[in-house]
Amino acid sequence: MSRSVSLIAAALLLASPALAQDKVAVRKSPPRNYGVGQAATPAQIAGWDIDVRPDGQGAPPGKGSVKDGEKVYLEKCAACHGEFGESAGRWPQLAQGKGTLASHDPVKTVGSYFPYLSSVFDYIRRAMPFGDAQSLSNDELYAVVAFVLNLNDIVDDKFVLSKETWSRVKMPNENGFYDDDREKSEKAFWNSRPCMTDCRPPVKITGHAAVIDVTPEDKTPRKGGVE
Amino acid sequence: MTDSNDDTRTSRRRFLTGAAGLAAAGAAGAARAENPKNLPPNVADWSKHLGDGVAVRPYGHPSKFEKDVIRRDVQWLTASRESSVSFTPLHELDGIITPNGLCFERHHSGIAEIDPDDYRLILHGLVDRPLIFTLENLKRLPRVNRIYFLECAANSGMEWRGAQLNGCQYTHGMIHTVQYTGVPLKLLLEQAGVKATGKWLLVEGGDASGLDRSLPLSKALDDCLVAYRQNGEMLRPEQGYPVRLVVPGWQGNIWIKWLRRIEVGDQPWYTREETAKYTDLMENGKARKFTFVMDAKSVITSPSPQAPIRRKGFQVISGLAWSGRGKIKRVDVSLDGGRNWRTARIDGPVLDKCCVRFYAEAEWNGEPWLLQSRAMDETGYTQPSKDALRKIRGVNSIYHNNGIQTWALKANGEVENVEVG
Ligand code: HEC
Repeated sequence: MSRSVSLIAAALLLASPALAQDKVAVRKSPPRNYGVGQAATPAQIAGWDIDVRPDGQGAPPGKGSVKDGEKVYLEKCAACHGEFGESAGRWPQLAQGKGTLASHDPVKTVGSYFPYLSSVFDYIRRAMPFGDAQSLSNDELYAVVAFVLNLNDIVDDKFVLSKETWSRVKMPNENGFYDDDREKSEKAFWNSRPCMTDCRPPVKITGHAAVIDVTPEDKTPRKGGVE
Repeated sequence: MTDSNDDTRTSRRRFLTGAAGLAAAGAAGAARAENPKNLPPNVADWSKHLGDGVAVRPYGHPSKFEKDVIRRDVQWLTASRESSVSFTPLHELDGIITPNGLCFERHHSGIAEIDPDDYRLILHGLVDRPLIFTLENLKRLPRVNRIYFLECAANSGMEWRGAQLNGCQYTHGMIHTVQYTGVPLKLLLEQAGVKATGKWLLVEGGDASGLDRSLPLSKALDDCLVAYRQNGEMLRPEQGYPVRLVVPGWQGNIWIKWLRRIEVGDQPWYTREETAKYTDLMENGKARKFTFVMDAKSVITSPSPQAPIRRKGFQVISGLAWSGRGKIKRVDVSLDGGRNWRTARIDGPVLDKCCVRFYAEAEWNGEPWLLQSRAMDETGYTQPSKDALRKIRGVNSIYHNNGIQTWALKANGEVENVEVG
């Protein structure tokens, strides 16, 4: 009996009128345990749990020096990112760019833009080298991150990065970010009675995409057929 | 000297020589040539002979005459196709649903090809019971069907400094709309039991970029889904097969594909994807962070640069509008660059955080039009002009460009992406 009751309850929870796209079920009773899924073991979790927070939580054991990092970097990173982090070709630039964020041509790099050590450490740990992810040992990882910081003049040549020295790293742009404020700073866009007639003086064309001419050629007929 | 290169150069030159050259090219470039043998009073080939039998096309595909309806990329944009983007051909579509094979792609380390038997999702952190799910586990749980748009925050990102790409596929094609089938994330979290200290989730993909983002618990409990189907069939590999996160109304980057792990924590992680990327740099050098919601936006998909006008007379102007803040309430269309507006007709479903299709009808007799559309959502937010956005944000922010698009229609039916002032 309890089974059929809960089946009905489940049916009610999930029933939503066609096209209404209601919010996901609002529950009054305590959530049901469906008995689906297994307990995740600490070993399973440890194998996949690679994220690191700004305060260093999640950083693995190990350490690496700027000097050792230079070797790793030249072997495994420089081909794309350039010997000095200046970028080879169109791959991302990792260094320089200081003082450019408010300019017409901002250059966002680890040194000029990343707010936290963890933001770069966590990323390299999971995604780099590009195409050979999660191949670095922990010591190599610490070392290469230390070297990238050194390229950006954030740590000196003698620096050794580890959990112990983590909090000594201060990223220059840590205070460069603020929370989404659109509902305040763009309040004027909440205007449910926009102008409908004679809203502005006659309009002039000020720019043409065809002049820049960077659109890839495709087979779509772009030409008008009207004589 | 290869012919195709030569063709490209010739057509580009024609494109630039102005109206005279265009008129000449127009005839050749116009609709496919008709074959009188197939037209009445003659009886067409296909009316006489057998075609392919059943199951000759076990997984059906579009007509061979639609072979140009494809995703396209802009190769100069990125160093490698494995970390790049391809665009939905919006100009070739109608209604609101994007066919699965045309949904734009954004990968950071190529397409992960996951054997569904080896798929696992780990849910851990500040929970009472850390859990691991197989795909089969997820499919056994109660599920819902929801239609949502997914827009990349960088959609239209190349247009901040002015009109650049000539076609709505390129200017607005980082969006798609499909029906997802999946388990409410809330239900999964309930299985593990979130501790009272839990405030944020880390959601992480299983591809070689391991893309990780911080998701507020409140959003996870509101309307997020752990989805495994799109438009009825299993997710496409490009869209995260076998499991992706659905985060309605929020920027596409957080809709983690190939979802492998969800960790509950008490603060955000500030990963590279939510700091170095997906933050909106303002003119003063400071950047907005966690700008999750996609504001109301619209675009006229036809006519548009890739969908020129072929005949004078009656025209149906058609487009898409969407808002991450709720339902679309109204769409207005202007033919004179925003001086005067008329309200368009919305046809088909109007759903929460979903695209609507709108139409406006007009007579055209060769006069120049400056076509614009303007979306309004149920919160009263009205899509701003590009200049109004620039006034607040400058031109460096890359993301969240939801400014009003202008298409210039010329006397020969050709349409161009332009800026107006
Ligand atoms: C084959 C080329 C290649 C190699 C080798 C490579 N990277 Fe990268 N790197 C990339 C690409 C591509 C991206 C951007 C990927 C994306 O955003 O999807 C990137 C991004 C980065 C970023 C983030 C930059 C930013 O501004 O967000 C860092 C840091 C980085 N790589 C460090 C490294 C390190 C350290 C190594 C060596 C261990 C390395 N990379 C090896 C191609 C490469």
